[in-house]
Amino acid sequence: MRVRIKSVYSMLSELHKQLLNNFQQNFPLTERPYLTIAEQLGVSEASVLQAFNELSEQHYISRVGPVIKPNHIGCSTLVAMAIPAQQLAAVAAVVSSYPEVNHNYERENDFNLWFVVIAEHAQHLQSVIAEIEQQTGFSCMQLPLIADYFINLGFALEW
Amino acid sequence: MLDSLDTRLLALIQQGLPVTARPYLSLAEQLECSESEVLQRLARLQATGLIKRFGVIVKHRRLGYQANAMVVWNIPDPEVQKLGQAMSQSACVNLCYQRPRHGERWPYNLYCMIHGKSREVVLQQLAQLIADCQLQAYPYEVLFSRQCFKQRGALYPLNTRVSSQLIPA
Repeated sequence: MRVRIKSVYSMLSELHKQLLNNFQQNFPLTERPYLTIAEQLGVSEASVLQAFNELSEQHYISRVGPVIKPNHIGCSTLVAMAIPAQQLAAVAAVVSSYPEVNHNYERENDFNLWFVVIAEHAQHLQSVIAEIEQQTGFSCMQLPLIADYFINLGFALEW
Repeated sequence: MLDSLDTRLLALIQQGLPVTARPYLSLAEQLECSESEVLQRLARLQATGLIKRFGVIVKHRRLGYQANAMVVWNIPDPEVQKLGQAMSQSACVNLCYQRPRHGERWPYNLYCMIHGKSREVVLQQLAQLIADCQLQAYPYEVLFSRQCFKQRGALYPLNTRVSSQLIPA
């Protein structure tokens, strides 16, 4: 694994690393934001645009966009399911097939399948969860957010 | 409150700011409003806190942060807010939420996420967190992630009415 991590970083230029670390919040709200960034970093606008395209194409970033405060638009919940190992892949595939499911992970626990469902309203959310239970034959433990204590400043990367 | 243009703007921009010289202008053209309107609205949505942050959304797994632990804690209810806020101050914690307990089988009410380049690093950070926030007395479990079946960052189902094709799938 260590070798792979090293090779990941060796593909990133100084500019890539600066873009990854320094612009996770307060992305410039200017008519030419990539030029604003370029001026801050002392490079050309074209090189910033190219570097962002490379970061997307190589899947180092998912996008430049907003992180929206949970539960202020639509209705969401974390869900956990306890699935026997042999059936996990099949159940996970059913869960992932729903467009309302944003992420879906296996975790080390009896509750081994963890995913987040986001829907337009509570009724839609509950109908998705009921369908998943019906389709898979396993129950969903719903863990909706009660309070969010974290101030999201992005993800501090160390190279 | 959000009006229809806010909603349509969020639906568009959560799919990613275009990588072009005038990205806000290209959003404005799709929304049939002015570029300055887009900029003002984004500034306001950030100021009101609906947008928690606006910027690069990294894929931490791809960037070498392969070890990702969700740590769940059973904290007495009167202390959960104080400890949640304390944990959030720790540099190693990426998210920190209170969620409902589910009986004896799942008595946990506080969740935090720790991302690291290895399991060992994550467990060291957890030990540090326990020491820093004085969490020694509270039961917890560490749930490392194994496989990622799906991950696309939170996309909200925004009902844009006017242009239904903008609703992100």
